[in-house]
Amino acid sequence: MSDKKNVTCIICPVGCRIEVEIENGNILNLSGYRCRRSLQYVKDEVTSPKRILTTTVRLKAKGAHVLPVRTRAPIPKSLLKEAMKELKSVSVAIPVKMGDVVLKDVAGTGVDVVASRSWTE
Amino acid sequence: MLYKDLVIIGGGPAGLAAALEAAEQGVKDVMIVERDSGLGGILQQCIHNGFGLHVFKEELTGPEYAQRFIDRLDNAGIEVLLDTMVIEITPDKRIFAVNSEKGVLEIQAKAVILAMGCRERTRGALNIPGFRPAGIFTAGTAQRYVNIEGYMPGKEVVILGSGDIGLIMARRFTLEGARVKCVLEIMPYSNGLTRNVVQCLEDYGIPLRLSHTVIDIHGKKRVEGVTVAKVDENLKPILSTAEFISCDTLLLSVGLIPENELTKMTGADFDANTQGPMVNQRMETSCEGIFACGNVLHVHDLVDFVTMEAKFAARGAAQYLKEKDGPCRKMSVIAGEGLRYVLPHAVGVEKMLDEKQNFFMRSIKPMKKARLSIQSENGTIKTRMLSYVKPSEMINIELNKSEISKAAGHLKFILQEEGASDER
Repeated sequence: MSDKKNVTCIICPVGCRIEVEIENGNILNLSGYRCRRSLQYVKDEVTSPKRILTTTVRLKAKGAHVLPVRTRAPIPKSLLKEAMKELKSVSVAIPVKMGDVVLKDVAGTGVDVVASRSWTE
Repeated sequence: MLYKDLVIIGGGPAGLAAALEAAEQGVKDVMIVERDSGLGGILQQCIHNGFGLHVFKEELTGPEYAQRFIDRLDNAGIEVLLDTMVIEITPDKRIFAVNSEKGVLEIQAKAVILAMGCRERTRGALNIPGFRPAGIFTAGTAQRYVNIEGYMPGKEVVILGSGDIGLIMARRFTLEGARVKCVLEIMPYSNGLTRNVVQCLEDYGIPLRLSHTVIDIHGKKRVEGVTVAKVDENLKPILSTAEFISCDTLLLSVGLIPENELTKMTGADFDANTQGPMVNQRMETSCEGIFACGNVLHVHDLVDFVTMEAKFAARGAAQYLKEKDGPCRKMSVIAGEGLRYVLPHAVGVEKMLDEKQNFFMRSIKPMKKARLSIQSENGTIKTRMLSYVKPSEMINIELNKSEISKAAGHLKFILQEEGASDER
């Protein structure tokens, strides 16, 4: 059974709506794209969509509450929820520097979560 | 009284970039006055990524973008006054500010850069009827609560307005476990960047309902729901389409207003369309020696453009401090058909900072294909074809000094739609 999906390309402001037909993770048919960059984007997007996760974790500091963090690289979209769950229990002490690792290998993705800003005091 | 060469009001992205650039240009005595307890402005609550693609050629989060500037500040010898609120500026560049430590401060500046940013339109600006229960926030306020204060304002959310902050908060609330029922947009097109519509709504299956608005808010103590309706082409609600949606929180993402209370005290001329001051080629207002940049001047969609504009204002201020004002032929810039505004509002060709001048503008509506032409009294200076212009994505174009010198009287920018506008 093949599956049809609509993807909007976000490479440029044109925002092509592309219809993709997939079967067992393989692309059977693609229509609506206008350029090669968009073609690659859609292939990645339907086979292994990835996102950078940005969120906050607890910060142990006077007057401060949370610390903005990010995954250092994009992680599979399907693991965003799992990553959020793991990050719920993370708590960071000051001083912290932008780029410091606050959680290694989040959700088994091999990607570290790092601080998005520095915090001294 | 304190005496400073350059005082910058606001320590957000515009103020930070302006301060660093001014120091780099050799301005010695630079001071930033910031009302918040830290630098970075609104970037500190914009924890999502997507900043810096133009300036740094990589994708940063808001705090990361700010940190890059803050880290450079210590070595640049720039004085920073935090927790300090400017309450008055006079046309002769005297600044009155207050903080809890020193009380009232009086600062005489030789030049001033206004970088106070903007604020969000609130419920009052829309006249939505109903009680005034808890649970109605601007998207930016909710963003501060979640990303800085660390608590959630609600569990079931409806968002009115598809501005970028609203779209980003739809994703943020969803990630934190709340349910975002829908985003409503009164216009027939989204007011946010395409990438935000895709990555914040489509990723999470949040419906975007175009040509819809909120016509009533229910609940006395706490929001219990909203009545929404489709609007006709005159943006009037069609009552027969009214529908109740239960929720405990309503977020408003319905536009930004430059924060110009201080600017008005200087007597500078204003542009009714940007709701900011009018500026010349070096971002100087009609009040000599007072410059403006960033969202206080006009609302930007990308922080990268704020940075570029702030650097420009700083170079303008440095030029002003060095040589004051000489005679300069001023050419006015007019936003013609198809455009809501064009910036800068005037160009003094002899005092241009570079061989090229960048002009920023916004279209009045989305166009698939459009011809941008720049005209003066003696004919067309330049034309360029543009595709996929949207009011939410700023257009910029450079003109050479020689091109501007050729013009007579004024520079008029016109944006004309080409061919039939088919549906998108």
